[in-house]
Amino acid sequence: MRMWFICRFCCPAAQSNSNPEWEAKVLEYFKGQLKEKESHSWVPSLNDVPLHYLKPNSLVKFRCLVQDMFDPEFYMGVYETVDPSTKANVLRCGKYKDVTECGVDLNSRNTVTAERQTFYCVPIPGESPWAKEISFLSAARVVPSTSYVPSRQKRSYEEDDDDMDTQPQKQREPHTGTHQAEPHGNGDSKRQETEAPSSQTTTPSDCSSHLDLNFPLPGERGPACLVKVYEGLDSFKLNDTLEIYGILSVNPVLTVLGEEKDPSLLLLNPTESMETPEEQRAHDPPASLVPRLHMLYARPLQHNNPLLPSAPTEDQSAFVSSFLVEMASVRAELLAYLTHVLLGDGLAAEYLLLHLISDVYTRRDVLPLGKFTLNLSGCPLNSYTERLYQIVQQLVPCSYRLSMSLHTMNSMRLVPKKDYVANRLVSGALQLARNTSLFLDETQLEQGQLDSSGVRNITALGNLISWQKVDYDFSYHQMEFPCNINVLVTSEGRSLLPSDCQVPLQPQVTPPNMEEYLTTIHMAQFTSQINKFRVYLSLARTLDYSISDEVTKAVEDDFVDMRKDDPQSVTAEDLHRMLVVARLLSLSLGQTTLSRDGWMRAKHIDMLRRSRTEQQKSLNGNEP
Amino acid sequence: MSLGIEVDMSSPLMYGTPSSRVEGTPRSGVGGTPARQRPDLGSIRKAPQVDLHSDADGAVASEQALGQKLVIWGTDVNVGTCKEKFQRFLQRFIDPTSNEDENAGLDLNEPLYMQKLEEISVVGEPVLNVNCSHVQSFDADLYRQLISYPQEVIPTFDMAVNELFFERFPDSILEHQIQVRPYNALKTRNMRSLNPEDIDQMITISGMVIRTSQLIPEMQEAFFQCQVCAFSTRVEVDRGRIAEPAVCRNCNTTHSLALIHNRSAFSDKQMIKVQESPDDMPAGQTPHTTIVYAHNDLVDKVQPGDRINITGIYRAVPMRENPRQSNVKSVYKTHIDVIHFRKTDEKRLHGLDEDSDQKLFTEERVQILKELASKPDVYDRLSSALAPSIYEHEDIKKGILLQLFGGTRKDFSQTGRGNFRAEVNILLCGDPGTSKSQLLQYVFNLVPRGQYTSGKGSSAVGLTAYVMKDPETKQLVLQTGALVLSDNGICCIDEFDKMSDSTRSVLHEVMEQQTLSIAKAGIICQLNARTSVLAAANPVESQWNPKKTTIENIQLPHTLLSRFDLIFLMLDPQDEAYDRRLAHHLVALYYQSEEQIEEEFLDMAVLKDYIAYARTYINPRLNEEASQALIEAYVDMRKIGSGRGMVSAYPRQLESLIRLAEAHAKVRFSDKVETIDVEEAKRLQREALKQSATDPRTGFVDISILTTGMSATARKRKEEVAQALKKMIQSKGKTPAMKYQQLFDDLRGQSEAAITKDMFEEALRALADEDYLTVTGKTVRLL
Repeated sequence: MRMWFICRFCCPAAQSNSNPEWEAKVLEYFKGQLKEKESHSWVPSLNDVPLHYLKPNSLVKFRCLVQDMFDPEFYMGVYETVDPSTKANVLRCGKYKDVTECGVDLNSRNTVTAERQTFYCVPIPGESPWAKEISFLSAARVVPSTSYVPSRQKRSYEEDDDDMDTQPQKQREPHTGTHQAEPHGNGDSKRQETEAPSSQTTTPSDCSSHLDLNFPLPGERGPACLVKVYEGLDSFKLNDTLEIYGILSVNPVLTVLGEEKDPSLLLLNPTESMETPEEQRAHDPPASLVPRLHMLYARPLQHNNPLLPSAPTEDQSAFVSSFLVEMASVRAELLAYLTHVLLGDGLAAEYLLLHLISDVYTRRDVLPLGKFTLNLSGCPLNSYTERLYQIVQQLVPCSYRLSMSLHTMNSMRLVPKKDYVANRLVSGALQLARNTSLFLDETQLEQGQLDSSGVRNITALGNLISWQKVDYDFSYHQMEFPCNINVLVTSEGRSLLPSDCQVPLQPQVTPPNMEEYLTTIHMAQFTSQINKFRVYLSLARTLDYSISDEVTKAVEDDFVDMRKDDPQSVTAEDLHRMLVVARLLSLSLGQTTLSRDGWMRAKHIDMLRRSRTEQQKSLNGNEP
Repeated sequence: MSLGIEVDMSSPLMYGTPSSRVEGTPRSGVGGTPARQRPDLGSIRKAPQVDLHSDADGAVASEQALGQKLVIWGTDVNVGTCKEKFQRFLQRFIDPTSNEDENAGLDLNEPLYMQKLEEISVVGEPVLNVNCSHVQSFDADLYRQLISYPQEVIPTFDMAVNELFFERFPDSILEHQIQVRPYNALKTRNMRSLNPEDIDQMITISGMVIRTSQLIPEMQEAFFQCQVCAFSTRVEVDRGRIAEPAVCRNCNTTHSLALIHNRSAFSDKQMIKVQESPDDMPAGQTPHTTIVYAHNDLVDKVQPGDRINITGIYRAVPMRENPRQSNVKSVYKTHIDVIHFRKTDEKRLHGLDEDSDQKLFTEERVQILKELASKPDVYDRLSSALAPSIYEHEDIKKGILLQLFGGTRKDFSQTGRGNFRAEVNILLCGDPGTSKSQLLQYVFNLVPRGQYTSGKGSSAVGLTAYVMKDPETKQLVLQTGALVLSDNGICCIDEFDKMSDSTRSVLHEVMEQQTLSIAKAGIICQLNARTSVLAAANPVESQWNPKKTTIENIQLPHTLLSRFDLIFLMLDPQDEAYDRRLAHHLVALYYQSEEQIEEEFLDMAVLKDYIAYARTYINPRLNEEASQALIEAYVDMRKIGSGRGMVSAYPRQLESLIRLAEAHAKVRFSDKVETIDVEEAKRLQREALKQSATDPRTGFVDISILTTGMSATARKRKEEVAQALKKMIQSKGKTPAMKYQQLFDDLRGQSEAAITKDMFEEALRALADEDYLTVTGKTVRLL
């Protein structure tokens, strides 16, 4: 438990500043400690534990997305204080702290100026409720150094909120009351617990309504955090997902400094009055709302699936190899499940599965490789797509459904924009973490006029799909940020957005009551089963993949043959797509190289799909 | 050296402890150098600073072992030596190779700065801009001192200049003393690399202005008056604070002094926010911003949107502590006090000059580039390094490569012809899905000043420029669009065919004259838009119809098409060997080892530098043989057509041939355009023409398809039909009016070839033009 008291440990060390290695040693120590088994789960997480239960200046972790990067700041790395009574000078360390001790001697020669940068971090946007819940439950096992006893209380709040303003994640009838159906049990003691701290929990959320916390997605909850970064500034990028270990700082002074400004001081010191109130608010929000976190160590997250070991360690490879055995059977089950969900359409289920494990694995100059945007056309209307999204959401750790109604397209901010007045990047719905499933619901789109921002939004979606990049609006210029987002478009006819592959849905069953049908399918799955699917989808994405020379040759021959028969029907674009399909198909079976069979299968399902689209075309006459 | 001395002496120098330098008093440094008006210039020569200075030296300098050698406290600057050195620099520095625009009109073989002083004496603007690289090449030690201790050294420079100036031009009358403004500190930095070591040093950074504040009057000297006895006193502002005198010195009343605002002295100040320019940023991070303070006459010199180089002193000020609070935030506020602004894009408004942003290349880099250039197959190498993910289309890539290099800029404005376009314009047309967009994206990512727009989404306004009212200042601001922004770069326009006619019409001027004329909301101006256009167009019928001409396929006005140097078709060749190579290429694309990818990325960086270097330093000219070859090529082209009774080449083709040849010479890093360059240009042009200007009816290449929108055979046929119609009408004898439909049927019956309604109408129109007949509704009347 020594770990939690780093600050006390820091300051005396500063006195021996002649030896600069102590900083490195501190970091080393913490990294070492955190590597030890289980130790990282001792650290309370800002994601799970409400802020007021956490001790200031203790070690916490935060699973987040870097939403904005502020300008670097210079701070007093080492400074000297003068005790007013004894006149004794003491050297102190300013690292990992926001405020100094009393009586700073500004003219001391021993002051060392150092540099750090502030990142504005928000919880991973669109994180599925199940992912939050599982990581919360696993954290609940160990409760060090906080007086907080994790209980169902906080969860129930979030879920209620989710139900109200985003989407009902549970398959329950709306009238059965919010507190009843708790899918994973454990909903017993909840009621009485919600009562007591309710006043505390509501206050911050009230405040946050007028303090815009700048979450990328509407209706998001959770703490935003100003992370002070000391080392390796260049290694972090915007939109990185990180697990940050650092020292929590919620010193109330931070707030007071911002608010109580002596007006006479402002007059004489225009430097501070230069900051617009907006900028003040964005950069120095009250610490009680946006805590400061002084980063000791950050781990980039490959995924945020709590069911998978997150660090690439030995247990991960052990985990992978043990799971590989099961891979094929889990795939079959998942396929069966998706087939049911897609009203008995096996081919569409196959494609949906491939889509869910797709990933931009590399880029060749401007071309992103591995993306697989799926357009499911012919979706039944009336909330089918909504239900479908809920099922996808249950499977992937991060997702967002964008209902492409005319109103949202015209009014919603998709592309992040730099606000020069507040000097911050105002987030938009396309600022998402890697491998987020973006569910575009085009069935919601009606006829009407798109205004200029609507056109911009559609263009942004098109760019996202074709180039996997979002051009952030910096008002004087645009800046391109590459992304890695799985886009699934559901539409009635062919989507107006580009896509890598279109599958017209051919329902085999027509249930009289769609809602009921899907709910029963969903309820029929055990949690353990769903968890397997979740692991499967995240894992398949991380596997390596290669093509042998022999298969390369076979693929080439095949292509030439196909072209020989009918050069019009098979183009380079088709080959692009088939190579991606072959890759995903192999990975979905846990195979890390492309086999001849794999290629033939890929060709086969692509053929089936194409014949289906052509059929559709001839049915609909001359669809563009 | 108590603080008292400093304050009383009002010396421009500051002799503080290192820690107090952090704070920086507002009157030190150039930002606050006395810019006050001095009515009596004669006395300046013996300005108090100079005399005072020797005192100050004695007072503040620590005596070293050498006895004589006095330095400013906390530095190694000896005022005397420093002054002497700088005067020597001014008197002797010659830079015969200078090509800076600021030095235009000066004799390069005479001491540069003495000429500038002379200019000051004539013009009367008391500012001397000094290029730091000149100082460095003249005296490296002086340069180091200037960079490290700017707020001590620059006032010394001021003194030196003023002494020298008034010695030389004793009768000049200046508004105030000459101020030295150094710029281009070689420590030119990217904003990102500023770190605590740069505090209080002189730095030059580049960036873009994003916000400017209103003018802030900053108090320099407070004027207090006693309410009791009307005794007045002045107090200088020290580190942003005024020490209010508690007791009146005259009548000894306490707290009787009141500040009189309108008798206090203020100086102008402006806060400017500068953002890192997009080119210096590592991918995936957000741009940094820095606060900059401009003082006195530098206020309002820049506008939001300007790209500037700033030279100034980097400052860090601790956050003011609230007296009621014991502990403070441990963060400093940083800003830059500007000494010198230099707009990097102002040239665009003046025109003529060569690209100003000189990219600095290290010796080794230049060596690598030259080595690459000396290889015989450099042209092929570079073109294959271009967009490696796109398969084949070698000629198109070569064309784009030449576009990236561009021709040599020539100026004929003396002879009234104006500028010749040096930029190569390329149009790609072809079936959808033939990676045209990808090629455009690649080019856009490759060039520093690239712009990418889609014809569908852009309006004429978005391409050119528009006038906007600044919400804060209510001032009209000209916002430039894609074409102006890509000045000296490449403007990539996707879906060119989807562009509205009015938007396209803007391009006419840009693509030939390379300027943009704007007359909007009272702002009338002509902006330079020396941009190359790389456009992609899809055929009107989703598939390319090989039976139609290019014009018919893409439905673009021929006036615009003729402005493209090269028009390529990107079609599916449909042959087996090609398919095999394509398949191989694609599979390799999807599965390639890390190292290969690594290698390729290196190529892209080299390619970028190679292009930048060639564009900046290589200006090839035609040699005798090449000129002959060009003439022959042109004559040949004309001859081909004349055999068949049509014009097959226009001067525009010759011009573009020259451009291409020059660009090819640039690829070789050659200062001379030689015959091989002309050969390649010819070949490429022929290839492009073969693709785009082949008349599908005859199979011949026919340039008039592109220049007049109609092939010569088509025109001939049109005439024939008209003649046949005329003959037929004549043969009918005197009939003043005929039925339209009947006439059409008659003609069809008579003619051997099938005659469409279009052809018939065209023929009627032709005859109407001859004043032979008129068509009114359904009847045709003879005249």
